[in-house]
Amino acid sequence: MSGQTILEKIFQSHTAGDVPVVPGNIIWLDLDVRTARDFAGANVVQNYRAHYGQDPVADKARTFFTFDLVVPANNIPYANNQQQCRIFAREQGIKVYDVDAGIGSHVAIEQGLAYPGVTLVGTDSHLNVLGAIGAFGQGMGDQDIAFAFKTGRTWFEVPPTMKVVIAGELKPPCTARDLTLAVVGRLGASGALGRAIEFYGPAVEALDLAGRITLSSMATEMGGIIGLIPPSEEVLAYCRQRAGRADLPAHYADPDAHYVETVQIDITDLEPLIACPPAPDNVKPVREVAGKRIDSAFFGSCTNGRYEDFALVAAVARGRHVAPGVMASVVPATREVYGQMLASGLVQTLFDAGFIVSNPGCGGCASGHIGMTGKGEVQVSTSNRNFPGKQGAGETYLVSPLTAAWSAIEGQITVPEVLR
Amino acid sequence: MKATRIQGRIWALTNPEGRLYNDIDTDQIFHNRYLHITDVAQMGQYSLDNLKGWEDFAKKAQPGDIVVAGGNFGAGSSRQQAVDCFRALGIAAIVAESFGAIYKRNAINSGLPIVALPGLVGLAGAFHSGDTLAVDFATGEVVRNGQVYRAEPFSQVQMDIYQAGDIFAYGKQLEGQDG
Repeated sequence: MSGQTILEKIFQSHTAGDVPVVPGNIIWLDLDVRTARDFAGANVVQNYRAHYGQDPVADKARTFFTFDLVVPANNIPYANNQQQCRIFAREQGIKVYDVDAGIGSHVAIEQGLAYPGVTLVGTDSHLNVLGAIGAFGQGMGDQDIAFAFKTGRTWFEVPPTMKVVIAGELKPPCTARDLTLAVVGRLGASGALGRAIEFYGPAVEALDLAGRITLSSMATEMGGIIGLIPPSEEVLAYCRQRAGRADLPAHYADPDAHYVETVQIDITDLEPLIACPPAPDNVKPVREVAGKRIDSAFFGSCTNGRYEDFALVAAVARGRHVAPGVMASVVPATREVYGQMLASGLVQTLFDAGFIVSNPGCGGCASGHIGMTGKGEVQVSTSNRNFPGKQGAGETYLVSPLTAAWSAIEGQITVPEVLR
Repeated sequence: MKATRIQGRIWALTNPEGRLYNDIDTDQIFHNRYLHITDVAQMGQYSLDNLKGWEDFAKKAQPGDIVVAGGNFGAGSSRQQAVDCFRALGIAAIVAESFGAIYKRNAINSGLPIVALPGLVGLAGAFHSGDTLAVDFATGEVVRNGQVYRAEPFSQVQMDIYQAGDIFAYGKQLEGQDG
């Protein structure tokens, strides 16, 4: 038997059956953590009640609600849906990370619910952000999650794994987001369809946790199941501390693991990139669209909603001001990030420069919060999708926080500089 | 036992150039402005209303119809509504070159037949809206005008869930076996 990839090892440690953990096989997968967010949460509750009545969930200590989409609710249907979840949670004794908490996947990392090797599911298609810490996260539909709440497991087809090896180092003004866009542009919308990805190379190893989150978060935009990054010592130390576990083994691929494909991407000459409408894989150098007038800039989402991302923005904003007529919205990923921004003075810096800073959540990404676009509006955004109509009728251009910051200041799409 | 071979009128989801759309994402199938809807019966009317040229799909579709699409159908979010909206309309099956991973699970779990037909987009002009298509879930045989195409047959778990009705009924069957 040949060696195993990271995902195959995680799956091997989470299946009781005798079905070999090899690509294409369907296994029963034990789920360490089961979650639902305010989107689809009410559907999960309704499915649960319809099929299981008052039965207790499999393990209330490992079942959570994480509200992050329309927070606090700005319309009555969502207020109703959130309250349905709260009532169910009280009945069942389930913890709710409520409308103040922030993006569920990030909360899971910060709160130590997710750490290397864990399996976690929920109703967010970007839960595979957890690949950033070497864990398995997966978004699923509401029936799937209702079943997981009740049984603590699910069926899963073992995906093949592909390897993406990045050659060269990341140099300013390029950020983890430009590296990510380079990968998405290269692989395309279905370049990783139904596959897991493992990322390697010195530029990947050098990424901090925030950068790893950015890279892992866009596996979904390539059709991928998950994008896994082998945990660094720094990531392991963070997760040990957050999970309160002195000993946290991480899974690394065997030298003889089988990969369905290996893709080399050289970023030696990388320049800042932009994904133009209508799709995240429509990637070009920023300079090709530079000068295009913008109406708004959105900073946040599970891709670029960390403190480190906003620190980049603040460095540009300090002593400058958002261009007249441009709406610049900042949405921290979590309450913890928001607190860091308050403590360090980032919020003040951004406020003084004319930015709108809101409470944490997903922002306009799923048109649930601030950052939506009107017809004819041109927006630069650090979110992860720019499908037609996704955030509104406007045109969304996906860029790094640095590119978005310079663009907001200049009022037009702008190639970022390191310092000016 | 439910039928494993069906026949129906097709809707070939083509773009303005007449080619099958690839990468139709869940916001084009069921836009996020309707995400608060939890009643399946209310979902059908919004099916594909954010896909250019198909805004009136819900009005045209009839129970028993088959949807045909290009690659990576159902890319994007995890929303079950993007599957449930077709169930609400009584769509009998979706045949696509390939499916988004989460979409595939959601369809299988809710018992909506989906069949992947590799190379479908390359069969230029072979599938037109209004044609009649026969699809065999067990063998993967897709037949149009006597022409036979080889799709991927249902996996075992897909067939088991389809026959049981949905993931919940299937789960109860498994419990029965265990006990």
